[in-house]
Amino acid sequence: MEMKPLTRVILGLVCLLVAIWLVAPMLVVVPMSFNENKSLAFPPQGFSWQWYQNFFTNPDWMSSFLNSVKVASIVAALATVLGTLAAFGLDRMKARPANLLRMLMLTPMVVPGVVLAIGIYAVYLDAHLVGTLTGFVLAHTILALPFVLIAVSASLEVFDRRLETAAASLGAGALTAFRTVTLPLILPGILSGLLFAFATSFDEIVVSLFITNPYLKTLPVQIFSSITRDADPTVAAVGTILLLATTILIGGGMLLLGRERKGPQ
Amino acid sequence: MSALEPTTPSVPKRGWLSRPFALTLPALILLAAVIGYPLLTIVLRSLSEPQWGVQNYLWFFGAPVNLTVLQRTFVISAWVTIVCVVCAYPYAYLMTAVGPRARLVLVLCVLIPFWVSGVVRTLSWVILLQDSGVINSLLRAAGFDSIRLIRTQTGVVIGMAQVLLPFMILPLYSVMKGIDLRLMRAAQSLGARPSRAFFTVYLPLSLPGVYAGAIIVFILALGFYITPALLGGPRSTMLSTLVQTQVLSLLQWGRGGAMGVVLLVTTFVLLALAAPVMRSRYREAGRR
Repeated sequence: MEMKPLTRVILGLVCLLVAIWLVAPMLVVVPMSFNENKSLAFPPQGFSWQWYQNFFTNPDWMSSFLNSVKVASIVAALATVLGTLAAFGLDRMKARPANLLRMLMLTPMVVPGVVLAIGIYAVYLDAHLVGTLTGFVLAHTILALPFVLIAVSASLEVFDRRLETAAASLGAGALTAFRTVTLPLILPGILSGLLFAFATSFDEIVVSLFITNPYLKTLPVQIFSSITRDADPTVAAVGTILLLATTILIGGGMLLLGRERKGPQ
Repeated sequence: MSALEPTTPSVPKRGWLSRPFALTLPALILLAAVIGYPLLTIVLRSLSEPQWGVQNYLWFFGAPVNLTVLQRTFVISAWVTIVCVVCAYPYAYLMTAVGPRARLVLVLCVLIPFWVSGVVRTLSWVILLQDSGVINSLLRAAGFDSIRLIRTQTGVVIGMAQVLLPFMILPLYSVMKGIDLRLMRAAQSLGARPSRAFFTVYLPLSLPGVYAGAIIVFILALGFYITPALLGGPRSTMLSTLVQTQVLSLLQWGRGGAMGVVLLVTTFVLLALAAPVMRSRYREAGRR
């Protein structure tokens, strides 16, 4: 599109502001995490590693972190298996029932968090699942399922079913054809679903706040209660660690993907 | 290849792959147990506690304070959606117009906040907006009076819009990516000024993306809980917080449930209204 130079400059400036607005606010946790005082007031005073030390040594923080890793790992595995199976089923169904079931399976994405949270809390109170690993895993799996379904369905859509036919005509059973032909081709979709499921569970906060108890907390719950309770800069240290880990994972992943795509040419 | 299609034998139907419905069953059972049953419980409780009837709904729509909160929830969500559309439109357009390297940077700026935990992002806004926060410290250092940002509606809108912006940019980008820019050149070669070409050609073609993003943002904003809880105050309470108070603090499952059902029904009505509009817009965009 031909643009006047002035329009171009204004567009660039607006986008720069939007980009800063998107990224810069998160960076504020970095200086706060090295604060010497137990305060989140700006500007931070002095320099100290004590909040990082606190994160790694304080049992409240460490156990909630390990709980989150444990729950998210189980959820990622479970949601990926269930979501992949469902995506296959929908792919091989007639269009009308498939669309209906797909919409049903995507509802966890649009149900307001608090409504779902009080519902699950009510059921868990009766079933004695509040504050249990099973309770967290079940709730997070259902929230992660839509992401797996979307990712796997997308790669099934571009998968050429005739390849399975070819494998079958060469004498492969349905399972062998699936294992040696279909699975390797849709693996990127399954893996991105796995990653989405892990991240969904690791970040989930609203339902977790309701089904948590003092014996089982996840990291977001611990962060939330720390923010509402006092101005402990340990949250800033945790935020910095999570920010760094996310940037490395996403940035590295995108660079790798970009290089791979360029590679063969 | 396609000429061969009619003669290729179909996959022999055997084993678990031949029963597609069975494959979806585990997911459906979990869905029924962890979404269906809990939502049903809430609907039943809203109608049965303390006794059977619609008294909880009468209470909700009869108390002015509830209606104020309901109205505020809509107003805040509308503001968040407007801010998101205004900020996302030029950004998504630039993503389609720049070279691959600059695009990577722009995409990363959207994806990194998208993947960073929402609680951490809200924490950042607490640090920025609080009375002893970054913005007020800078204002004071520059000799201005400090302003109240945290526990205000403005603060809630700023924080929510930043958290939800990626949900607006990504669908908008995917639609804009598909727009043929030669149409703009054609319009200009026929004598349209750039602004006229934009408003008569580009803008209508990009509207499906705007609708899709706006609906997602508005619906997510309606149910937002964490950001208003941490950035808001009594004068910016949204419906979700009210639901939580009724259930956890007052143990009023009936009243909390009724509010939850109102929120749920509103969400689904909006989705149902938006779905046909979006679908027909997509079809129109495809036909042109």
